[in-house]
Amino acid sequence: MAGNTLTGVGVGRGIVLGPLAVARPAITLPADEAPAADGDLARVQAAFTAVAADLQARADSAEGTLAEVLGATAQMAEDPALIADVEQRLASGTGPAHAVSEAVEQVCEMFAAVGGYMAERVTDLRSVKDRVIAQVLGAPEPGLGELTEPSVVAAEDLSPADTSALDLTKVLGIVTEQGGPTGHTAIIAGQLGLPCIVRVPGVTELTAGTVVVVDAAAGTVTVEPDAALVQEVADRRAAADRLTQDTEPGATSDGHRVQLLANIGTAADAERAAATAVEGVGLFRTEVLFLEQQTAPTVDQQVETYTAVLRSFAGRKVVVRTIDAGADKPLAFAQQSVEENPALGVRGYRLVRTLPQLLADQLTALGRAQQETGAELWVMAPMIATPSEAADFAAAARDAGLKTVGVMVEVPAVALRCADVLQDVDFVSLGTNDLAQYTMATDRLRGELSDLLDPWQPAVLDLVAATADGGRAQSKPVGVCGESASDPLMALVLTGLGVTSLSMSPSAVPAVRAAVRGHSLARCQEIAAAARAARTASEARAAALELTDPQVKQLLGL
Amino acid sequence: MPQRNVTIASSVGLHARPAGIFTKAAAATGAQVTIGRPGVAAVNAASLLMVMGLGLKHGETAELTVEGDGADAALDQLAELLSTDLDAAGV
Repeated sequence: MAGNTLTGVGVGRGIVLGPLAVARPAITLPADEAPAADGDLARVQAAFTAVAADLQARADSAEGTLAEVLGATAQMAEDPALIADVEQRLASGTGPAHAVSEAVEQVCEMFAAVGGYMAERVTDLRSVKDRVIAQVLGAPEPGLGELTEPSVVAAEDLSPADTSALDLTKVLGIVTEQGGPTGHTAIIAGQLGLPCIVRVPGVTELTAGTVVVVDAAAGTVTVEPDAALVQEVADRRAAADRLTQDTEPGATSDGHRVQLLANIGTAADAERAAATAVEGVGLFRTEVLFLEQQTAPTVDQQVETYTAVLRSFAGRKVVVRTIDAGADKPLAFAQQSVEENPALGVRGYRLVRTLPQLLADQLTALGRAQQETGAELWVMAPMIATPSEAADFAAAARDAGLKTVGVMVEVPAVALRCADVLQDVDFVSLGTNDLAQYTMATDRLRGELSDLLDPWQPAVLDLVAATADGGRAQSKPVGVCGESASDPLMALVLTGLGVTSLSMSPSAVPAVRAAVRGHSLARCQEIAAAARAARTASEARAAALELTDPQVKQLLGL
Repeated sequence: MPQRNVTIASSVGLHARPAGIFTKAAAATGAQVTIGRPGVAAVNAASLLMVMGLGLKHGETAELTVEGDGADAALDQLAELLSTDLDAAGV
C-alpha cells in the first residue's frame, strides 16, 4: 500500500524516486543567551563580513540573474545601516544572536510590507541571518550541508545562495514548502531539467533518508511508495530516456523535416545545449550581454562571446537575435526618456532610431565572429513592424558581411504582411509570447490576465498561419522561437501550419521530437485546421488533443 | 549643507538594480549622504536595505543631502545618477 501523499504545484513533467535530504531549518535562538559582552561586536561584524565575502565569491562565479541576485545579497550582508542597528542592540545589552535576528527581522518586516520584488528578497535576507547567527554561535551552518548520495532535496524554500551551493550532480529533484511555480527554485529546476514541486506543506517534517517519489506532472510527493508506483517511476523514466535516445533530426512520420533548435542566452548555455541532440540554436538572446553591463560592451568583448557560442555549435546553425532591449528592458548605459507605454515604445530594432551605434557595433562584431569561426550564423532583428524596417536591417547586416538575414514576427502587422517582409530578408522567426501580447493587447507582465495571453487563442493561431503562408509564398523558412514551440501538442499545430523550425529550451526537445515523429504531415495539418476552427483557446487545445495519436498521448502523458 | 530634490528616473523606481548602483556610488563618495522624501526623516544613502525600504517610485521626488568633504561634487554626481534610468531588468 502506498504511503502518505503530499501535494503541491508541479514544475515540468518529470518523475523521480530517491531518498530525501532535508535542509536543516533555521537555527533556533538560544533561550538563555547571555547579554552582550566585550568582543561580541567584533565577532558579529566578522561573521557578516565572512558571509558577504562568500556570497560575493559565489556571485563572481555565477552568471546572469543569479550572479546579480547573489551580488545584491552580498551587499545586504554588509549593509552599514543593518550593522549599525545590530551595534545599537548590542550596546543596549541584547545578546549577539538575538541582536542579529531582531535587526534582520525588522528589515524583513519592512520589505514584506513593501511587497513585490522586495518581499522576494526576504528569503535571501533570512538565509544571511541564519548563516551569521550560526557563525556567531559556533554552530554548523543551516541548510543542506554536503549531499552524500543522489537525493531529493526538501527545503522550506531555497534561496539563490542555497541553490548555488548545491552539488547539482547529486540532486534528483527539488521539493519546497514555499516558493511559486515561477520563482527562483522553479526556474533553476527547469533549466536543469529536474523534477520540482513547490508549495508542498509538511515536506520538511519528513525524516531525512525517507524514500519518496516526486511526480512533477501530478504535483505529488509520495512517501514510501508501493511496488506499483516504483514500477511506474521506472516505466516513465525509461520512456523519457527512450525519448532522449532518439537523436535523429526532427521530422514527421512521413519524413517532413522540422528543425529542432535550442534557445540560449549565454556562452555557458551554448556549451550545455551543444551537448544535446539539437540541430542548432534557434534563438541566441544577445541582450543578456548588454543588460548586465554598466557601459556598452565593446566590439572586441562582443566578438569574444559570439565566437565562444559559435565554436560550441561548430557545423550547426546559430540564429542570433540582435539586442532586444529598451523600454521594459532598459540599458544601464543608455539614458532613455521615460515611456508611458514601454511595450509599444522604442524597443528592439527601434533602438536604431535613438542609438544607431549600438546595432552597428553589434553587426560588426557578429560579422567578425562569423569570419573567425566560419560558422553558419543567421542574424535577425526583433520588433520589426514594416517591410521597410526589415529592408533597412537586411542592408545593414549584409554590409557587415552577414549572409543570412531575417526578422522576428512579434508585431501582428508583420504577420499579416509576411510575404512583403520576406522580399527583403531570408527568413522569419515567430516570437509567440510577444505576438500574443500584441494580438490580444495584453501586457505580458500582468499575471492576472494570463488567460488572454494563452498561445492557443485562435486569433494568435491565425496570425501564425498568416506568417507561415507568407513563408510558403516566398519559399523561405518560418521558425518559432517562443514558448509555444516547447509544448508538444502545439508543436503539432505549428508543424501543420507550415512552420519549418521549432526552438525551445533544450530539455523540452525530446518530447517535441517524439510528438512530431508520431504524426504524418497530413495529420498535423488536420490538427492545425481543427485548432483554428475552434472559437476559444481551450476548445482549440481540446480539438488538437482529440486528433493526437493515442500512443503519443500516453507516451507524453498528454 | 548641500541639498537637492531629484526626480527618480528609473522606470521600476529606486529598488533592485538601480538601488544597488546608487548605494554603491553613495558609499564610494566617502561623504555622509542621506536620502528621503522631502520633509520626512531621511535614511543612510549607503544602505541598500534602507534605500530599498523607502520604496521610492518612478517619477517621485527624493531629497538628497550630502555632508562632508567634496559634498557639492558628490551631490552633483549622485543627483545625476538618480536622474538616469538605471534599470536593467534581468532576464
